Amino acid sequence: MNEFTTWDILRNLLLATRWTIVLSLATFVFGGIVGLILLFMRTGKSRVLRNVAWGYIEVLQGTPLLMQLFLAFFGLALFGLNVPPWLAAGLALTLWTSAFLAEIWRGCVEAIAKGQWEASASLGMGYVQQMRWVVLPQAFKIAIPPTVGFSVQIVKGTAVTSIIGFVELLKAGTIVTNATFQPFVVYGFVALIYFALCYPLSMSSQVLERKLNVAHRNH
Amino acid sequence: MSLIAITEVKKRFGDNEVLKGINIDVEPREVIAIIGKSGSGKSTLLRCINGLETIDEGSILVAGAQLLPDELHLKALRLKVGMIFQQFNLFPHLTAGRNVMLSQMVVKKVPQAEAEAMARKMLDRVGLAHKFDAYPEELSGGQQQRVAIARALAMQPMALLCDEITSALDPELVNEVLAVVKELAKEGMTLLMVTHEMRFAREVCSRVVFMHQGRVHEIGPPEEVFAHPKTPELQQFLGVQH
Ligand SMILES: Nc1ncnc2c1ncn2[C@@H]1O[C@H](COP(=O)(O)OP(=O)(O)O)[C@@H](O)[C@H]1O
Ligand SMILES: [Mg+2]
Repeated sequence: MNEFTTWDILRNLLLATRWTIVLSLATFVFGGIVGLILLFMRTGKSRVLRNVAWGYIEVLQGTPLLMQLFLAFFGLALFGLNVPPWLAAGLALTLWTSAFLAEIWRGCVEAIAKGQWEASASLGMGYVQQMRWVVLPQAFKIAIPPTVGFSVQIVKGTAVTSIIGFVELLKAGTIVTNATFQPFVVYGFVALIYFALCYPLSMSSQVLERKLNVAHRNH
Repeated sequence: MSLIAITEVKKRFGDNEVLKGINIDVEPREVIAIIGKSGSGKSTLLRCINGLETIDEGSILVAGAQLLPDELHLKALRLKVGMIFQQFNLFPHLTAGRNVMLSQMVVKKVPQAEAEAMARKMLDRVGLAHKFDAYPEELSGGQQQRVAIARALAMQPMALLCDEITSALDPELVNEVLAVVKELAKEGMTLLMVTHEMRFAREVCSRVVFMHQGRVHEIGPPEEVFAHPKTPELQQFLGVQH
């Protein structure tokens, strides 16, 4: 009927999977950096910065990712900035991720006993020093499982970028479907690939969580 | 000149006035015990002196410098006044040695080798030189509290504030901590301690402050305060104690 073999389909999908992975990794790294800055603002002493970070997080958590993506893609174009799809995709996902990571991490920071803040303050440390040397090293351990868990959301989140024409896994699936007219096979593979990316992440998140509960040690 | 001058200090939490005009002058090398019922404002007073709480009225001068709530003044203050807490509050992710080294390196920018030498010296002073590499969870409560004392001492403060530092300890561990404090007192450290250890207060302190409902209700040398309490509140408090 048509000249596409199953291998052709799979090969094209796997090639596009590279971009899903690259986009996910970049989003995780940049979203993590912005998220860390937000975390310092959100838990810091300046009321203004706290409120700014709070507003930012609420807005990004309270609106659909797809809408944020449209704003990044079409909104910036309105200002004469012609952003290519990969940039709009990366930008929107980074900002979205930063809000969620900042909020996850804030919970971890607030789980650290108040006495740790007081003891380090009484020794003369300032806020950044307290975070750097006392609070974050302890919060880091409890933050790992939920952070790894959220990376699953990032991988799945990259799928929305197909809508502005960024050729990642889902978009490649659409293109291949249009050529092969085998939507069930194609999207079946797409789903399997997403699952193959996400399952190890969610599994390791659960394993880490269990390990952490078992470990008495904080080092 | 007094080392710590507390004048007409008032502190409110919402509508609850917890300190209602406190006046205490602490001379260098003095050891002062603060006693009183739970809720009388003892902890709040110590926390105000260390800048963990801001005061609403009055003034606190430490070595002549006014306590102001901005970060620079607070840091300067905390280099002069150390604090020990009921719950030890050691940093659980660091060894005893690292606990004592950290603030020296981070706050005072002391080089690592020097900070380590100081840490060893201070741990030795509290009898824990051999626990340099132990993590807090590997130490008994009494040992943890002694590490906390070493950690505060390593910053070379002019005075130490101690808030019920033996209250969280099993009875058999209380004495090892009190022995360290006694030694510090003998060496001339200025101490302000909230305590329920009346015998210790009687033996070691130069003055006893009895706080009641946010006020200094009675103050004087231990012989006087313990043997001849003037107010019914103190009489009752001491009666309940024994
Ligand atoms: N952070 C706080 N917020 C509100 N009230 C507080 C706070 N800290 C202490 N208090 C109140 O202040 C009073 C004195 O407390 P505290 O100084 O801890 O007394 P003490 O140490 O003598 O037992 C208590 O009534 C307590 O409830
Ligand atoms: Mg108290």
